[in-house]
Parts: sequence; structure tokens; C-alpha cells
Amino acid sequence: MLRFLTRRVLGALVILLIISAVTFFLFYAIPADPARLACGKVCPPETLEQARQNLGIDKPLMVQFVSWLAGIFVGRDYGGLGHCPAPCLGFSFVNRAPVFETIIDRMPVTIALTIGAAVIFLIFGVATGIVAALRQGKPLDKIASVSSLIGASVQIYFVGTLAMYFFVYQMQVFRQPKYIPITEDPVGWFSGLLLPWLVLALIFTANYTRITRSTMVENLNEDYVRTARAKGMSGRSVVLRFALRGALTPVITIFGVDLGTLIGGAIITETTFGLQGIGRLAVRAVDYSDLPTLMATVLLAAGAIVVMNVIVDSLYAVIDPRVRLS
Amino acid sequence: MTTPTSTEDAIDATSVTETSGAVGRSPGQLMWMRFKRDRTGVISAIIVIFFFLVALLAPVISMVYGKDPYTLYGQDMPGLLNDYGYPIQPNGGISSEFWFGLEPSLGRDVFMQLVYGIRTSLGIAVAATLITTTLGIVVGIVAGYAGGKTDYFVGRLIDLTLSFPQTIFIIAFTPVVESLLVPADEETPVWLRAVTLTIMLSAFGWAGLARLLRGYVLSMREREYVEAARVTGASPGRIVFKELLPNLWTPILIQSTLLLPAMVTAEAGLSFLGVGMGELVPDWGRMFLRATQVYQNDITYLIFPGVALLIFVVAFNLLGDSVRDAFDPKIKR
Repeated sequence: MLRFLTRRVLGALVILLIISAVTFFLFYAIPADPARLACGKVCPPETLEQARQNLGIDKPLMVQFVSWLAGIFVGRDYGGLGHCPAPCLGFSFVNRAPVFETIIDRMPVTIALTIGAAVIFLIFGVATGIVAALRQGKPLDKIASVSSLIGASVQIYFVGTLAMYFFVYQMQVFRQPKYIPITEDPVGWFSGLLLPWLVLALIFTANYTRITRSTMVENLNEDYVRTARAKGMSGRSVVLRFALRGALTPVITIFGVDLGTLIGGAIITETTFGLQGIGRLAVRAVDYSDLPTLMATVLLAAGAIVVMNVIVDSLYAVIDPRVRLS
Repeated sequence: MTTPTSTEDAIDATSVTETSGAVGRSPGQLMWMRFKRDRTGVISAIIVIFFFLVALLAPVISMVYGKDPYTLYGQDMPGLLNDYGYPIQPNGGISSEFWFGLEPSLGRDVFMQLVYGIRTSLGIAVAATLITTTLGIVVGIVAGYAGGKTDYFVGRLIDLTLSFPQTIFIIAFTPVVESLLVPADEETPVWLRAVTLTIMLSAFGWAGLARLLRGYVLSMREREYVEAARVTGASPGRIVFKELLPNLWTPILIQSTLLLPAMVTAEAGLSFLGVGMGELVPDWGRMFLRATQVYQNDITYLIFPGVALLIFVVAFNLLGDSVRDAFDPKIKR
């Protein structure tokens, strides 16, 4: 297990390194004047000069990349602009602050949005999937499959905005989505994020229902489930301890991918509900032409996906005893 | 010399049984027969064809309807929009003249925007799907068939592509590409935006299909018929095109049917985030972007593109499921 983990983590680090190299070269080698792109839409000449000097645009690309990479581990000095301490993902000339600070500032929004929605759609999706599998062909199963089809086809900017219109402005059952730190006001935190959670869950649940249903149907016909039944185990524990356990592997796979993608920035959700998370930060960075921030968000998102992959791979062995790690 | 006659008799016998019901059918014919019996599949196919027809016949519809998607009717004609730029008539200004109402502030015709918007969305989505599928087929077959080092490196490339955060990367990289191709003080031409979007969507789309096809090819490579072809001296090209590819059309067709609606929504999503087509080109995603700005006062403008997109995606997903069922009746969903 430990050897497997070490290998996977090393592999993930290599992928991250390659992604950062690829992104770095794409963003700094292809544009005619990366300093201009980094400096912002409204770019005063002295900031442009600062950007040019501090990015080391005149140096070879490899040197630029290495000093950027080194900055992550030891920090970096940005001439007259100040020092960027250890995990230095770059310095935003638009915000005049290290990118990492902004990201730390925005991260809680995205994490709260993701975790809350994930809890709802995982529990709800798997539960409806199990029920649908046990009641194959019955009305409940049909309702589940129709709603999962619609859920899979609907777009967040459509349902999200509709929900805002009806539930926030017309009926006023939800409050305007807003992020309030949980440490400040737990109730406000919950009620401010409830609508985005529910809308996000509505869209994601569909997938989990479908996958859980189809793997559960398969697993309920497996020999080991029949054996468990033949031994006289109760229906509930056969379903939950045997069939569900086998059916969880694909669910975990999708869950890892979804969680990684959402933590990396639920861009459309954040835009729809006006939440200032990582995704919004990225869009804003595009609007204001803030290259360092943009690169950092891309890397962060890639990092989230890669880390989730490692976690998922390790979870396989815990959940499914048939999986051997080697 | 009785043997030949008996074989002839046998042949006669089989031909008799064939004409009396058991007609030999190609897999394609079988698939078509199964598909025709699937009512959901046929209905969704009709809806999908309808959308494509609307896209193709947009100029004709415009002529019959008597409006175009570019004229700012609300600004040119008094009495349509109020001082704040919202339609005066209820429900987004729906009237016998403007079937789906008017766009807030600019005052363009919503029906025409939708009809021409399908063109943009479907055009980009179809192009991206074709490129993606071709790339996926080539990469998947090469990796699976070549094996060894090629397979290893292609596999890592697929991993890498799938680890890239697609949406963020596309919105981040589009301005970079354009800064390279278009001087800073000029507007990005429409066709260039479309090409950039298509390339971006394709650049991330191929990996999934390639991984899937690689798996198929790996399992087929060692089969007897491929081995037989190799032993009889068939060139790799012949093996790939004549032995492997015919067996791959089913997964390819299923995947690309599911890919196309995904591309349509991805394009709409990018436009919604502001990296799609410019203001002058009718586009569903930008309609959503505008709709989310004005929905508190004019919800109708959100409903039309929303429902249209929903119908299209549902129909296409159902069609994809039916195609899969028709090709492979063993799979039970």
C-alpha cells in the first residue's frame, strides 16, 4: 500500500510539473509580449516596466521558468513591489499582491460550495440509485431515470438563474446567494449557500443515480450477493454491505473527477450566483488580463484534479477487496 | 457422382429457408430495424433533424418570417422598448409580429436570434465533434495497435490532457492565442473566434475517445482474425482499416452522438463566460449571458434559449441512448 501510494504521488508530482511547464510555456512563450498580458488591461508604462523586469522577460525562457518554479518553494522578491513569500505562485501586477494571497482569500468560497453540494448529490444520488435498482421497472425507477435524464441535460446558467428568479426574487424562500465565513455566522453561511448547493446538486445527482443504478443492478446478480442471501443474511445488509460496496467503485471514480473539477473552480456556478470563488477569480483575471493570477488558477485546478485522482486510486483498494494495488 | 447434386440440393434448401423468413441481414440493417422499433429514438431523431434543418434553413425562415437577427427593431421602431430598454408588451414583448419577443436594450428579434444561434452553436459543435472524433480514432488506434513505448507515451499524454482543467484553460488561453494572431488594437474577426473555439474544444475532447478506442484495439489486436490477417501478409494499413476499424464503428458512433450535445453546451458555456462569439454573431451562449443580466426584469428572454437548449440536449442524449441500444441490444440500461 505504502509503495503504491509513493509511486502514485510521485507520478502525480511529475504530471503537475509537466502541466506547470506546459502552461508556463504556452502563456509566456507564445504571446508576443507576455509582460503586457501580465500587466493588465489598463497598463501604466511604469507597471509594464516593472512587470518586464520582474518576470525577467529578457532572460531565456528556461531561466524564467526555473525562477518561477523556485519561487513556489523559497519565495521570490519582486523588486520595488515587495516580497512574495514561500508558496509564491507569482505576483499579480493588477492587484499588486502575491497571487497566493488572493487565492487563499477566495479558496473558502469554492471549497464551501463544492463540499456542500457534493454531500447532497453524493448521498441523494447514491440513495436514489439504490432504490431505483431495487425497484427495477417500477414507477419509482422510471421517475428516477426521467429526472436523471433531465438533470443531465439541463444547464446551470439556465436552472440556476430560473431558481434565482423564482425562489429568491418572486417567492423569497431563499436569500440572495452570498458567501459568509462559517466562523462569522454559521446560519448565514448555510442559508447563503443553500440555493447554489441545491442547484449544483440537482445537476450532479443525475449522474450518480444512473451509475449507482446500473452497477447495483449488475452487482445484485453477482454470485457473492446470491451467496450472502443464501446464507440467510437480511435483505438490508446484503444490499448495503455487499452489493453497494461493489457498486461504489465507479461512483468513487466519478466523484473524484467531479470534486477535482469543482474545487478547481466551479466557474459557471460561481458566475451564475455571483459567488467570488476561484472560478470567478479566473474569469476576472481574463477580463483584466492578469496573466500571473490566471496561470495560478489553471495550476490550482490541475492540482485539484491530480490530487483527487490519487485519492480515488487509493480508495479503490479500501472499498473493493477485489482490487489489488501493485 | 452423387455428391455434387446433394450439395446443390443443400444449397437449394438453404435458399428456400432464406426466402421463407430468415433473410441474411448486415449488422447495419439489423441496427436500423431495431432503431425503427424504438419510439423514443425515432421521436428524438426527428427533433434532432428538425434542429439541423432550422440551422440549415435559417435564411429561408428569416425570409418567410420577415425579420433578420441583426436589425435593432426595438431601437428603430418606437413603442416597443421602454426607457430602460425593456419590452413594453408583457412577456418579453411577445406579439404577433415578434413571436418570441425582443431582446432587452438592443431590441433584436429573439426568434431570429434563436434560429441563427443554432447555426453558430451547431456549426462549432459539429466541427469540433468531427475533429475530436478523428483525432480520437487516430490516436486510439495507433496507441492500441503499436503498443510498447508508443502506447506508454500516448497513455501519459491522455492522462495529462484529462488532468488539464478544460474550462479554465480555454477561457485563459483564448485571449493568449488571439493576442498572437490579432494586433492589440484590432477587433477579433468572427471566423477566427470560431476557429479558436473549435480548436480549443477539440484539443481537450479527443482524450476520452482515444482512451476508449485504445482499450478496444488492445483487446482485438490478439484476436484470431487479426492474427490471420497478419500471417497472410496484410500490411498494417490493411489491418487497421479493414480488420480493426469496421469493429470500432459502433463505439465511435455512440461516443460521437453523445459528444455533440456536450460540445453544444460547452460552446454555450464558454460564450456565457464571455469567451464565445462576439456581439454581432447570434449565439445561444451569449443570449444566456445577456439573459442573466436582465432576468429580474425580463425572464422571458432567459426562457426561450433555455428551453430550446434543453430540448435539443435531451433529444440528442435520448438519440445517443437509442443508437447504443440499437447497436448493442445486450446492454440494458
